[in-house]
Amino acid sequence: MLLQAHDVTVRFGGVTAVQNASLDVSAGQITGLIGPNGAGKTTFFNVLTGLQKPTDGSVYFDGEDITGKPTHERARRGIARTFQRLEAFGSLSVWENVLVAAEIHRQHAQRIKRGTGSPSQVAERLIERVGLQRYADRQADTIPTGIARLLELARALACDPRLLLLDEPSSGLSTTETEDFGDLLEELADEGRAVLIVEHDMELIMRVCDHLHVLDFGQVIASGSPAEVRASDRVQAAYLGQSYAQ
Amino acid sequence: MLSAFLTFTVLGLVTGAGYAVAASGLVLTYSTTRVFNVGHGAVAMLMAFLYWELSVHLELPVWLALLLTVGVAAPVLGWLAERVMMRHLSDAPVSTTLVVTVGLLVLLIGAAQAIWPPTARPVQPFFNGDGFPVGSAFVSYHDLMTVIAAVVVAAALYALLTFTRIGIAMRATVDNRGLLQLYGARPSLLSTLSWAIGSALAALAGILLTPVVQLSYFDLTLLVISSYAAAVFGRLKSLPWTFIGALLLGLCQSYAVGYLPPSELLSGVRAAIPALFLFAALLLAPQAQLRIGQIKGIAGVRVPSVRKALISGAGLIAGTAVLAFVMAPQHTDRMALGFILGIVMLSLVPLTGYGGYVSLTQFTFVGIGAIVVARLDSPSPLTLLAGAAAAAVVGVLVALPALRLQGLYLALSTLAFGLLMDKLVFQADFAFGFNGSLEVPRLALPGLTLDTPASYAILSVVVFTLVGFGVLALRRSRYGRILLAMRDSPAGCATLGLNLRWTRVRLFGLSAGIAGLAGGLLGGLNQSVSATEFQLFNSLPLLLLAVVAGVTSVSGAAIGGMTLMLLPVVAGEFEALGGLMFLLIGVAALGLGRDPNGVASRLFTLGRWRPSAKVTVPFRRPAPAYATGTAAVRDVPVSEAPVSSVPVSATPGSPAAEVRASREGKW
Repeated sequence: MLLQAHDVTVRFGGVTAVQNASLDVSAGQITGLIGPNGAGKTTFFNVLTGLQKPTDGSVYFDGEDITGKPTHERARRGIARTFQRLEAFGSLSVWENVLVAAEIHRQHAQRIKRGTGSPSQVAERLIERVGLQRYADRQADTIPTGIARLLELARALACDPRLLLLDEPSSGLSTTETEDFGDLLEELADEGRAVLIVEHDMELIMRVCDHLHVLDFGQVIASGSPAEVRASDRVQAAYLGQSYAQ
Repeated sequence: MLSAFLTFTVLGLVTGAGYAVAASGLVLTYSTTRVFNVGHGAVAMLMAFLYWELSVHLELPVWLALLLTVGVAAPVLGWLAERVMMRHLSDAPVSTTLVVTVGLLVLLIGAAQAIWPPTARPVQPFFNGDGFPVGSAFVSYHDLMTVIAAVVVAAALYALLTFTRIGIAMRATVDNRGLLQLYGARPSLLSTLSWAIGSALAALAGILLTPVVQLSYFDLTLLVISSYAAAVFGRLKSLPWTFIGALLLGLCQSYAVGYLPPSELLSGVRAAIPALFLFAALLLAPQAQLRIGQIKGIAGVRVPSVRKALISGAGLIAGTAVLAFVMAPQHTDRMALGFILGIVMLSLVPLTGYGGYVSLTQFTFVGIGAIVVARLDSPSPLTLLAGAAAAAVVGVLVALPALRLQGLYLALSTLAFGLLMDKLVFQADFAFGFNGSLEVPRLALPGLTLDTPASYAILSVVVFTLVGFGVLALRRSRYGRILLAMRDSPAGCATLGLNLRWTRVRLFGLSAGIAGLAGGLLGGLNQSVSATEFQLFNSLPLLLLAVVAGVTSVSGAAIGGMTLMLLPVVAGEFEALGGLMFLLIGVAALGLGRDPNGVASRLFTLGRWRPSAKVTVPFRRPAPAYATGTAAVRDVPVSEAPVSSVPVSATPGSPAAEVRASREGKW
């Protein structure tokens, strides 16, 4: 297991956003984290990346307890993420957004894979990979939301992450774009990266995920393969609805 | 023994009560509008002057003067400030709101000086200082009124925010202005109301605290600024904690006066207690969570190409050299001063312009550089570097305790630092000596004498140009991109592996170092330096002018430096214009909400009369395969909704270069 979260609890005052939630993510696999709006998925992501201190529980990455580690140290160990509410660098061009990520990564990376090239080559390659060529020179606060999500993906990939956390990456994409995006995710997993994805697009989730965790009211109510989760009564009741019930 | 203790306790509680009234007004406006009003202290000061005018000069009855000041003039001032300055700032970055309120402070101090020229204005406490004994201590009716006022304010604010519809709506405006509007409330009215009440509370505090320091533009403003520490103690949201903080602060100060043994150093400590208290409150403040939100971007000014920058720089030096030999010596000296102040402004370009952090006390670092150069007492240019290095080290030390803090709190910690240096260090013998000023020898370069005004002006412009090149190179570099990225999204940077704290500390060190370099030059220019030049209050017009002139560009720094140099000259020659200048700057600050790049960028985008106005991409990169494609590949569909409200003015079919040009042309 690359990532293990044990009994994570987050309370905001009287509200419990996440309650005793545990979750595993394996390298080379795409793991889905699904659940209705407000189930605590983004809060959970924030706990995994260190942006939110959990009230209780622990997070292990590659066997090491990273619960108390600040965000940037987790990133340096290989955890990258995208944001549901976008966090692109609005003053920089799309190309510079990815470049700056590659440069930050280069500053502290212990080992750069052979043939990676300069940060600007990395940025160039990633922009092509996610299909942002024609937006490369646009300032990032002027691009459409769906495109900005792809930008965040390219930026996260610039850190050559071992674990990639994607928070609703496909919202704002068209059907074709979503299909391409699914292919890209599978490619990333084939490279040996672990992908944890929060997503509302069930078609995409059912297609690409190897494993699913279902969160409802801050609790993990089901875990398993997409088929198992689909069959779970609790999940049907909580979230999926009748169309996936068969 | 006990009686002395009682006396000091009463004194402390009374001062604390005054602070509490002031701080609660600050907390109220901040918690309803998310604008931290640095000018709160100046509102108090101005209104205390008005009260004097009405009650002493015009001899109105006390109750009427109070009513007119606290009940009418102050709310109107608050209403005006909100209406004219603050209304459009609720979504602006902290750096902009802070600078605009600094503008308010400078404006109000200028106004007070213009309306009530300096002269002795004795102020009687209420009831002529009559009072009654409490045990062995004496409590004046004025003191009693202060305490009663604090209690009444506390109760009234609590009732307002807890039990009334309007109070609850006020608290809601912060969370979601738009949503509140949908539910039928009028957020703009609520903000106005909170500003009016906040301003009235400032006025009340100003009047109550006047007997402590008498009527003075700066001391009274500063006294109310002390109450900011109490507001921070309440984390800018909790009124009860703010009141507790205010009383603690008052008591600390009072006991310090009573019980610290008399010595020069300790008298500095006494004066620095509010600053120390503010530091402590900041250290106790919980670490801010990184905020996650939408994409925010600021269209920066275009970064000139290397060639254009070199040409402009050479032109600037040549032009200055010609002027330096033609002009009268005193004008040449002024020009040199303008460039040196320009270097101070340049120190704000990376910090505020790129990084989005506000330093309220940049002149303090200038002072450190000046002290070091003066103390080294050698004509070697290496002393300049030593001064810069010393200032940089201090800059790092200031940023260190504030490591966990962000934005507003970081700015407040620079405020605390500035106060501390004013009271504790700059007054001490080891800094500026017994009479508060030091001699500085002129620099000498090998084979060159710099003892004429012309040569010194040329030295100043050369250093300005070199630092300007450095700042531009920084912007083009990896580090410059990281600074912009960090300003736009700290959370995004952290998740990429950037250590925000150290990046910030280095940035503060760099900025302080540049300011320290300017300090050495300033000392050499005047051949003496004195403590009064580097007071906290001098830093505020500096910051304001830097931002108004354009804190994102080197040309903005040059314009700002020259303007700052001209201000006292103009004020000296045309007395009536002094206040007017501040007014103009204050008005210019209003434009900041719309264009954070300041006057400089306006100048160049409107006129296009300078070579640097031409657009170049701020870095060179190898042309990728797709860049050689046809224009059609790079079409920008206009139907797509942009993420933010920044308009995309591209037309379909235009090449990317034009897209860029037209977009930047907007600014």
